[in-house]
Amino acid sequence: MILAKTGNEAMAYAMKQINPDVVAAYPITPSTEIVQIFSNYVHDGLVDTEFVAVESEHSAMSACIGSAASGCRTMTATASQGLALMHEMLFIAGGLRLPIVVPIASRSLSSPLNIHADHSDSLASRDSGWMQFFCETVEEGYDSLIMAVKMAEKCSLPAIVAIDGFILSHCMERIEAHDDKKVRDWLGPYKPNWNLLDLSKPILVGPATLQDYYYEFKRTQIEGMRTALPKVQEVMADFEKTFGRGYGVLEEYRCEDAEAVALLMGSACGDTRQAVDRLREQGKKVGMVKLRVFRPLPHEQLRKTLTKFRTVAVMDRADSVNSFVGPLYNEVAASLYGAEKQPRLLSYVFGLGGKEFSPDDAAGILEGALAGRKGETVTYVGVR
Amino acid sequence: MADLKSWKELPCGAIIEDLNAVLDNKTGAWRSMRPIWSKEKCINCLVCWIYCPEASIKVEDGKMTGIDMDYCKGCGICAAVCPKKVHAIEMVKEEK
Repeated sequence: MILAKTGNEAMAYAMKQINPDVVAAYPITPSTEIVQIFSNYVHDGLVDTEFVAVESEHSAMSACIGSAASGCRTMTATASQGLALMHEMLFIAGGLRLPIVVPIASRSLSSPLNIHADHSDSLASRDSGWMQFFCETVEEGYDSLIMAVKMAEKCSLPAIVAIDGFILSHCMERIEAHDDKKVRDWLGPYKPNWNLLDLSKPILVGPATLQDYYYEFKRTQIEGMRTALPKVQEVMADFEKTFGRGYGVLEEYRCEDAEAVALLMGSACGDTRQAVDRLREQGKKVGMVKLRVFRPLPHEQLRKTLTKFRTVAVMDRADSVNSFVGPLYNEVAASLYGAEKQPRLLSYVFGLGGKEFSPDDAAGILEGALAGRKGETVTYVGVR
Repeated sequence: MADLKSWKELPCGAIIEDLNAVLDNKTGAWRSMRPIWSKEKCINCLVCWIYCPEASIKVEDGKMTGIDMDYCKGCGICAAVCPKKVHAIEMVKEEK
């Protein structure tokens, strides 16, 4: 069915089709509509979900953890300060290996206060043990959210699905929605590893472990993430077989014979595509690599793909404020370290707090990369 | 410490499946305040049994029989929730 949906509407629509057992949520711009629209579905009896309105995002994630620990398929939605307030609980969901799935409308972090898109929120949570998926379009967000439920449950890892705030969350795009029943059948019932409320098999959840067992439990979690990527890919392949839309861990756009490519995540891939098309018309050998999966980090694929090019412009829609480079650049550089043939890596930070980013900006980055830009380590694109 | 398990033997998620192992950890040793329960004053409303976070309120046939001092950490919740008019539990400083 072809529908016109904003990113938030599409995420709520995916949640309706997923029909989670529990949604516990607190509103925050720009993701508010996701749970607001979903709460209408609850009111209208279109889903079987128990909707829990809580007093903060910390409580929202706490309720989600309680719900998931009780064997329920559990979701919420948030952004920015909301995700930051969940921070403590994100690590607990990760350590307990609870497959909670959270759509995020990516937004900058205060201060100064700003409600617009960048990836500071999810990337600040990168070490919390959650899978992270970044989307270019509304339809990709919709598909990714449905896939994330299966991936999370298959890997016993919680998952964030990020669409850029306002740019995707509030802009209407054409999506081809799947059939409700087909989505529900594809997902099937949730089979938890354990259930706190199963009185026939009592367990202790979240024990105190000191020097004797903490590291060992963490090692099991690390292994869960280390072995997640093939499972993520299996789900993508299965999704493509069932619904006819295929996605990669990272996707190349016009990279054949390219000398310089841009590597980035999120909606700015659209602008960069246009820039690549324009420069290709002028005979310039440029391309784009879109990274869809940030956690688990597909470091082997990054190395295999990026070593084909002479120059790679790594575009970060966030900054680590580490006196050096952006968070994505760090991960990419680490993935490439030790490779026999290394591309030249350039660091670009762009679009913080929703700063306008256009195909012209993307073309400027690609042309600079092609010409072998010299000078500062990092280029702060578009800042006055 | 040869009996400690390798990470490969641990369950998925920080859970403990063998609850007997939990009983070995006598958390009562942490106590600095001790609850003194008066059987005479107690009306067996069992509110303390509901609230005790350590399941240390001992009950038989619907009646309170005492407090399990092996696990009672002396948090005082039982004394706080005991109805004011009843006041069957008093917290006193733990003696050496």
